[in-house]
Amino acid sequence: MDIFLQQLINGLTLGSIYALVALGYTMVYGILGLINFAHGEVVMIGALSSLTIIRPLADSGLPGPVVVLIGLFFAVLVCMALGFTVERVAYRPLRNAPRLAPLITAIGVSIVLQQLAMLIWGRSYHSVPALLPSGTHEVLGATFTEVQVIIVVVAAVTMMGLVLLVNRTRLGRAMRATAENPAIAGLMGVDANRIISLTFVIGSALAALAGVLVSANYGIAHYNMGFILGLKAFTAAVLGGIGNLAGAMVGGVLLGVIEALGAGYIGDLTGGVLGSHYQDVFAFFVLIGVLIFRPSGLMGEKVSERA
Amino acid sequence: MTENHKSWLGMALIGFVLAIAPIVVGASLGNAWVRVLDFAALYIMLALGLNIVVGFAGLLDLGYIAFYAVGAYLYALLSSPHFGIHWPFWAVLPLGAMVAGMFGVLLGAPTLRLRGDYLAIVTLGFGEIIRIFLNNLNSPINITNGPKGIARIDPITLFGHPLSKSIDFAGITFTGVMLNYYLFVVLALGIVFVGIRLQDSRIGRAWVAIREDEVAAKACGINTRNIKLLAFAMGATFGGVSGGLFASFQEFVSPESFGLLESIMVLCMVVLGGMGHIPGVILGGLLLTILPEAFRQGAGPIQQAMFGEVLLDPEALRMLLFGMALIAVMLYRPAGLWPESRHRREMAK
Repeated sequence: MDIFLQQLINGLTLGSIYALVALGYTMVYGILGLINFAHGEVVMIGALSSLTIIRPLADSGLPGPVVVLIGLFFAVLVCMALGFTVERVAYRPLRNAPRLAPLITAIGVSIVLQQLAMLIWGRSYHSVPALLPSGTHEVLGATFTEVQVIIVVVAAVTMMGLVLLVNRTRLGRAMRATAENPAIAGLMGVDANRIISLTFVIGSALAALAGVLVSANYGIAHYNMGFILGLKAFTAAVLGGIGNLAGAMVGGVLLGVIEALGAGYIGDLTGGVLGSHYQDVFAFFVLIGVLIFRPSGLMGEKVSERA
Repeated sequence: MTENHKSWLGMALIGFVLAIAPIVVGASLGNAWVRVLDFAALYIMLALGLNIVVGFAGLLDLGYIAFYAVGAYLYALLSSPHFGIHWPFWAVLPLGAMVAGMFGVLLGAPTLRLRGDYLAIVTLGFGEIIRIFLNNLNSPINITNGPKGIARIDPITLFGHPLSKSIDFAGITFTGVMLNYYLFVVLALGIVFVGIRLQDSRIGRAWVAIREDEVAAKACGINTRNIKLLAFAMGATFGGVSGGLFASFQEFVSPESFGLLESIMVLCMVVLGGMGHIPGVILGGLLLTILPEAFRQGAGPIQQAMFGEVLLDPEALRMLLFGMALIAVMLYRPAGLWPESRHRREMAK
C-alpha cells in the first residue's frame, strides 16, 4: 500500500508537469493542426536559461523562492521570444504547404535548438541548486517533499488561469474562434496571425514554467532533457484528446500516474523479468494503445480523418 | 548512336567509376575514406528503403532505424561468439530481411489508419521502444548484452575468404574495407534496380496514388490498407538487409547506433535528395555521408586556423547545420535538391 501511495504522489508531481507541457501541444494543434515537435526543446531552453540566472544569484543572500521567481521570469521571457520566432520562421511560411513540410521543419527546429543549447550550456549535466523549501512530510507511510507540493499547486493554479483566459476573455474567444474556423474568424475581425503568434507565446511560457519545475523536481538539467519530456507530454495530449485543454490536463496527470505505478509494479508483476528501467516504454505503449482503440482520446470529440 | 547504345554506355561508365572509386580514394585519401564510401553505400540502401515508405507511399516514418537495428542484431546474435552460433551470411541476411519485414507489418497493421502526423509520432515511439529493449534485454536472460553491445561478429565470408582480410589481386592490395565496398555496391545496385522496377509497377503507382490522395485511391479500387502495409514491409526489409551488412562490417553492434538521430539522418537523406526520386535519394545519401565526414575533419582545423582555437564543438556544429538545412530545404526547395518532375509540380502548387 505504501508503494502505491508513494508512486501515486510521484506520478501526480510528474503528471502535473506533463500536463503543463501538453497544454502547449494541444493549443497549437487545436488552432493549426500541427504537431509542434520543437515544444519539448522549448521546455529544455526554459530550464537551462532559468538556471543561468539562478546560479549566480543563489549565493546572493536573496531568499530562495525569490531567486527562483527571478529565474522563472527570465526563462518565460526567453521562451516567449523563442516561441514567437520559431512560429514566424519555421511554421508560418508553410501554413498552406503539404502537411509533411511543417512536420519536417519542426524536426529541424528541434535539432537546431538542441544543438544551440549544447553550444551555449555544454554537454554536461547541470545540478540545480535547491532553493525551494525541501522539507519532507510523511502520510500513511509515504513521503512527499515540499517541492512536490509546490509543483502540483503551481501547475494547478496556472492551468486554472489558462482555462479562465481561454473561456472568459476576449482573447480566449478569439482563440477558440480561430481554432473553429480561421477564415470565418477573420471575417468577424479576428487577426488570425496575431492569435496564432499569441498561442505559441502562451504555450512557450507554460513550457518555461514546466522547465523550471521539472529541473527543480529532479535537481538536474541538461541539453538533452527536452525531447523525451516533449514526447511524453505529446502522448498525454493525445491521451486526453488533442485540441482539448481539459483533456491535456487530465491526460498529463493520468500519464504521470500510469508511468509511476507502472515503474513501481512492473518488477513484481513480471516476476523480476522486467525492471523499472522500462519506465520510458509505458508512455509509448499508452500512446499506441490510445491511437488504436480511441484515436480521439479520452475527452476529444470525434475527429474526421483528414488526409 | 542509338538511344539504347547511349544508356549502355552510361551504365558502363557508372560501373567503371564505381569499380575504381575505392582504389583511387584509398590511394589518395587513405583507407579511412574508403570506409566512408562503405558507409555511404549502406546509408544509400537505408535511404532507398525509407524512400519507399516516405517517398512513394507518403507515410512519414520516424522510427525507420528500428528495422536496421533488427537486421543488425539478428545478424549479431546468429553469427558471433555471443551465443556460439556461427551461421553463414547467406542464411542470416535473408532471415534478417524477413524478420525486419515482419516487424514492419507488426508496426504497420495497427497504425496505418492514423493520419500522417500521428503515424510519425507512433513510429518514433516504436523506434524508441526497440532501442530501450535492446538496451535492457541483458537481464535476467542475457539476450542483447545490454548497452555494452555484441562484439566479435563474424565478417561475411565469400568464396571461403572472410571480407575483413585483405587480398592481393593483379598487383593491387584490396583491403577488407574495399572488399566490403564491392559487396555493398553490388547489393545497393540490386536495391536500386528493385526500387526502379517497383516504381513503374502496379504497386508503385498505387503507392503514389495513395500519397497524392488516399480517398481517391480507395475509390479507384486500390486496397489502401494492404498496399500501405506492403510499403512498410518492403521498406523494413531493405532496412533489415542493410542492418545485417552493418553488423558484419563493424563486427560490433550496440544500441547506441540505433538512436532517433539516425532515423532523422536517413530521413534527411530522403528529404534533401528528393522524396520519391531514386537518383535524388542516392545523391542525398552520398552528400549526407561525405559532407559531415569532411566537416568533422575540417571544422576543427579551420577554426584553429581562423581563431587560434576550436571555439565551437565540431560535432554540435555539424548537427546544427543539419537542422538548419532541413528547415531551409523545406522553406525554399520543398521537393528536395533533385526532385522527381511529378513531385516537383505537386509541391510547387
